[in-house]
Amino acid sequence: MDGALQPVQEFRQLAADMLARAKQHGASEADVVIADGQNCSVQVRLSAVDRLTRAREKRLGLRVFLGKRSASAATSDFSRESLDRLVSDTCALASAVAEDEVSGLPAGDVMAQDCPDLDLYDATELATEQQIELARRTEAAALAEDPRITNSEGAEFNSSSGRVVLGNSHGFLGEYRSSSFSVSVSPVATEPGNGGMQRDSWYAVQRKFARLASPESVGQEAARRTVRRLGSRKISTMRVPVVFDQETAGSLLGHLCGAVSGYALYKGASFLIGQLGKRLAPDGVTVYDNGRMPGGLGSRPFDGEGLATRATTVVERGLLASYLLDTYSGRKLGLPSTGNASRGVGEGPSVGPTNFYLAPGSSDPSEIIQSVRSGLYVTELIGFGVNMVTGDYSRGAAGFWIENGELTYPVEEITIAGHLKQIFADIEMIGNDLEFRGRIASPTVKIREMTIAGN
Amino acid sequence: MLTPRVVELDQFGLSERDIRSALGKVKVRDVDYADLYFESCVSESVSMEEGIVKRAVKNLSQGVGVRATAGEKTGFAYSDELTKRDLDIAADAARYIAGSPQGGLPVPATHRERPARDLYPIDAAVAEVATSERVALLNLIDAEARRYDPRIKNVMASFNHECKRIVVATTEGLVVGDLQPLSRLQVTCIAEEGGNRQVGTFGGGGRVGFDFYRDQGQYLRYAREAARQAILNLSAVEAPAGVMPVVLAGGWPGILLHEAIGHGLEADFNRRKTSAFSHLMGKRVASDVCTIVDDGTLPSRRGSLNMDDEGTATSRTVLIERGILRGYLTDRLNARLMGLPLTGNGRRESFQSVPLPRMTNTFMLAGESDPQDILRSVKRGLYAVSFGGGQVDITNGKFVFSASEAYLIEEGVVTRPVKGATLIGSGPDILTKVSMVGHDLKLDEGIGTCGKDGQSVPVGVGLPTIRIDEITVGGTKG
Repeated sequence: MDGALQPVQEFRQLAADMLARAKQHGASEADVVIADGQNCSVQVRLSAVDRLTRAREKRLGLRVFLGKRSASAATSDFSRESLDRLVSDTCALASAVAEDEVSGLPAGDVMAQDCPDLDLYDATELATEQQIELARRTEAAALAEDPRITNSEGAEFNSSSGRVVLGNSHGFLGEYRSSSFSVSVSPVATEPGNGGMQRDSWYAVQRKFARLASPESVGQEAARRTVRRLGSRKISTMRVPVVFDQETAGSLLGHLCGAVSGYALYKGASFLIGQLGKRLAPDGVTVYDNGRMPGGLGSRPFDGEGLATRATTVVERGLLASYLLDTYSGRKLGLPSTGNASRGVGEGPSVGPTNFYLAPGSSDPSEIIQSVRSGLYVTELIGFGVNMVTGDYSRGAAGFWIENGELTYPVEEITIAGHLKQIFADIEMIGNDLEFRGRIASPTVKIREMTIAGN
Repeated sequence: MLTPRVVELDQFGLSERDIRSALGKVKVRDVDYADLYFESCVSESVSMEEGIVKRAVKNLSQGVGVRATAGEKTGFAYSDELTKRDLDIAADAARYIAGSPQGGLPVPATHRERPARDLYPIDAAVAEVATSERVALLNLIDAEARRYDPRIKNVMASFNHECKRIVVATTEGLVVGDLQPLSRLQVTCIAEEGGNRQVGTFGGGGRVGFDFYRDQGQYLRYAREAARQAILNLSAVEAPAGVMPVVLAGGWPGILLHEAIGHGLEADFNRRKTSAFSHLMGKRVASDVCTIVDDGTLPSRRGSLNMDDEGTATSRTVLIERGILRGYLTDRLNARLMGLPLTGNGRRESFQSVPLPRMTNTFMLAGESDPQDILRSVKRGLYAVSFGGGQVDITNGKFVFSASEAYLIEEGVVTRPVKGATLIGSGPDILTKVSMVGHDLKLDEGIGTCGKDGQSVPVGVGLPTIRIDEITVGGTKG
């Protein structure tokens, strides 16, 4: 993409200007976040380029406090008059809402003191042709892997980089850069007999280009995952042990992450209310949120309010040890922030994970499957059948039937159901196969028993 | 004040000359078609919880998306600045896709058009109602929900509205704009009784003005409905697991059609032959009591548009006629490649994303059965009244949608409420099991948002009461 990013000095100056203007408009406190970035993505389908997308973006978000009243606003128009209007609009909005006793910036003395380099940025610039070639190789590897791979929804290679500047009226001013490189492919397989189709996909994502898995390995894995679904059947309704693979176990961790969010808790919208210090799962279960993992996809030196990120033990040997909090939700619960403020440019802070994961156990995934006499190995979940208030869980699933410790045939058009509290209490085995492909990650896990609905 | 209904280029600080110059740069030898999409959007949200309106957020965004297509290829670029230089950079990127040498071809003189319809003629746009009026509304919602039942312990409500101005300029010379208001009011209640905590959610909206929410106390009805659902769920029993007859109530349960049928009939998947419906055109995919349409021309509906995001007038497309698959939903690219008519379904989330074939308002036409007779016909089954979200795997056709308010049917009578459960079925197969269709077609309240390829667009659904002879219900009670 033509044109480098504006020098960071300009954004730091702009942040300081905005804070000064907010003060002039009567704001007692304010913070400002400025983000910009560029992105190039190529999609290749059946080896021809399908879509090429290039973009540059920038955005500024302002949050003001008029005493105990607060509002936020954001714009992509950085002209003088637009930013002036943003300040006056935001202050006008704030004066229209109610006073909220616990609102306000974090205290001045808790702001991040350090801004370590977490190895989040890679300046590698890939030529468009190079990205097209990488996407092509990924798809070609998938198509070549098995004759039953007959079609494709395409492969995509994406590279992006960006920068965040955050400042507040306590004088905090921090910034960091980050980048991301990802590759994915969705092959389609056809059953020779009846023409039934299955699609699956695989992907890799890294902050550093050099660490990205090879296009061939991603393509081959996608093909393997797709072909193995051919001939899927429905099974009958029953209660059996369920093994979640890394991806689907990660979604369970995601529900845990949502339930320990300070906002869900103080609103009464979490099934983990009042469970701090209590047993959630067996001894072998330990869950961390670590914002400073070098090169981590969820890492950042400071959170959306300028507090230092940190490592938090969320579940320690089965006991619920900590919630995830920002300043506001922490005050509501009478606890300090855990440095988990997550902030889109256009909104006030909420709580989000950094790198949230279940610590690996000692079992090889194959041993976990071998331990099941009759049960289900889940590799895909669809739908939104999770009630975070009650913990009731019912989702569409696909995977493999396990018989005498071996995967037998693929399974589809079933649901698995239970209660999240019970599901965590019923974790029987944890794999040694933790890998990060996002902010939330889990090794393979085995749940003692769940209800399968099928025929 | 009257909202200006005409959206013109000069509102983006651009002249017709700028447009022709940019289009001329992108219309090179091998480019079949190119367009510019200018967008400016102002959105505002106020939200209430714990009895006070504590959050207010405003977002302003504007930018241009430049797209060129050559054969099956799409080149796309966007920028949040609207200077001539940014237009040129974006045009270069879009042009790159065709692999053609520089040197544009002549672009026909532009002709300005206006959409043929005005489906959302709002005099006082919601945007022009003072924030304090919306705040007052939310406070009344809180009071109403708590008055409904003392077991309601928390009420959360939010009011979102946006006003989007767009102009589409194409290499065919068309320049057409639209002003698209959209708003939504949503209420969530949490009820608590002896450690049992339950949630209920209700809301509505559309391309409507503020009066829509105030007339006949609509907003208070939302509050009561959310409270009623939360209280009802306090007494819900375990949902059954297994295959059984299911009766879907009218309205929002039409999400079944959106997931089971609609996505699979979007032209892109069918051009690529990756949809479970790819080989089924003209074939039976539903029982003959089922006729399903996608209609973007219903006044004021959330899924409606005067024109799609490629400047094509929206229309009513018959997808399934008396059980037979009749039509796909198209955008320009796929219509051209497949030799199909334009249906006005080329939609995009914003200037930052490319148009794709998407649904508008998708619903089943009314049948002849009495809804009470439909319920009476079931010996043992499930009556599902309200749903959360759904999802589909386009390729194998398996879809799910999750009930948030459902009851057991025993000997033809609706009895106990059951906990939420996910229903799962197969798209090309499920509607062949629809044996009764009620005469009570109802459209949803106006809360639907559809996600595809990471793009969200507002949509509507509708359904009369129907009986599905068998579908898998994913409860916990086997």
